[in-house]
Amino acid sequence: MVDRSYIGLCSRTFTMPIEWGKVREFARAIKDPNPAYMDPEFARRVHGGIPIPPTFLMTSMAWEIPEWESGRVIQLDYGNGVHGEQEFELLRPIFVGDVLSWTQRIADIYEKAGARGGLMKFAVIEGNYFNQRGEHVAISRSVMIEFPPKASAA
Amino acid sequence: MAAAVGYDDVKVGDELPRLVIGPLTRQDIVQYAGAAWDFSPLHYDQPFVEAAGLPNVVVMGMFTAGMASRCITDFAGAGQVRDYKVRFVARLYPGDTITCTGRVTRKFQAGGERLVEGELLVTNQKGEVAISGSFRAALG
Repeated sequence: MVDRSYIGLCSRTFTMPIEWGKVREFARAIKDPNPAYMDPEFARRVHGGIPIPPTFLMTSMAWEIPEWESGRVIQLDYGNGVHGEQEFELLRPIFVGDVLSWTQRIADIYEKAGARGGLMKFAVIEGNYFNQRGEHVAISRSVMIEFPPKASAA
Repeated sequence: MAAAVGYDDVKVGDELPRLVIGPLTRQDIVQYAGAAWDFSPLHYDQPFVEAAGLPNVVVMGMFTAGMASRCITDFAGAGQVRDYKVRFVARLYPGDTITCTGRVTRKFQAGGERLVEGELLVTNQKGEVAISGSFRAALG
């Protein structure tokens, strides 16, 4: 069960290269045929490099698991919780060839009264991403929600 | 970076190109699971979801958000999105068809860029909202 004592917990620094094969695979999976992701020649000519789709940083999870999994870090009751919101703030361009480093941090945990009574708990997990030049390129914010415990059937 | 549309050609209230995708299949879900490394059994394990009281495997919210992001990149250009925020409102299942719509709510200049902000909505074939979102993108 989520509680406020998890605020401030932080992962170690993870690192991943931005690779064309992964960008292309991700773009195909989200059904985006944009030549910026499919055709490196076109991408270099038009965009100055192969850019990433807006939600591509979801793939950074593959570099965190199993060491860091935000839901487990905050002891989220998965049977009674959901991923409620997600935001990606893209501060600077990210291209294939970049190498990103980041940490994940439990930025906030707060409670609100649920519509059907009880307290809903919200956990904000923030990832801060830097490129190989040390530039802050992106911030991800996930909101995980835990609903009030269900009344015991017994 | 190349924007698909010019800042001066856009007005507040302009609609983004409407995008319709589907019906979504289990294969689509599994393909996204592999690409994003999202292996919650909620998204592929039928006995697991039935035990949890759900009718079918669930489309990942971030898969839907990814498909919907094309609404913005088709409009503003790949690499032009500066902020993308989604709230997951209702679940989607295999067989569902999504419609993504959006519109520009604000134009402004900041940090040497010409920016637009807007709202985004993803609905299923019954018109129920699955995702409500917002974006900020740089235009040429």
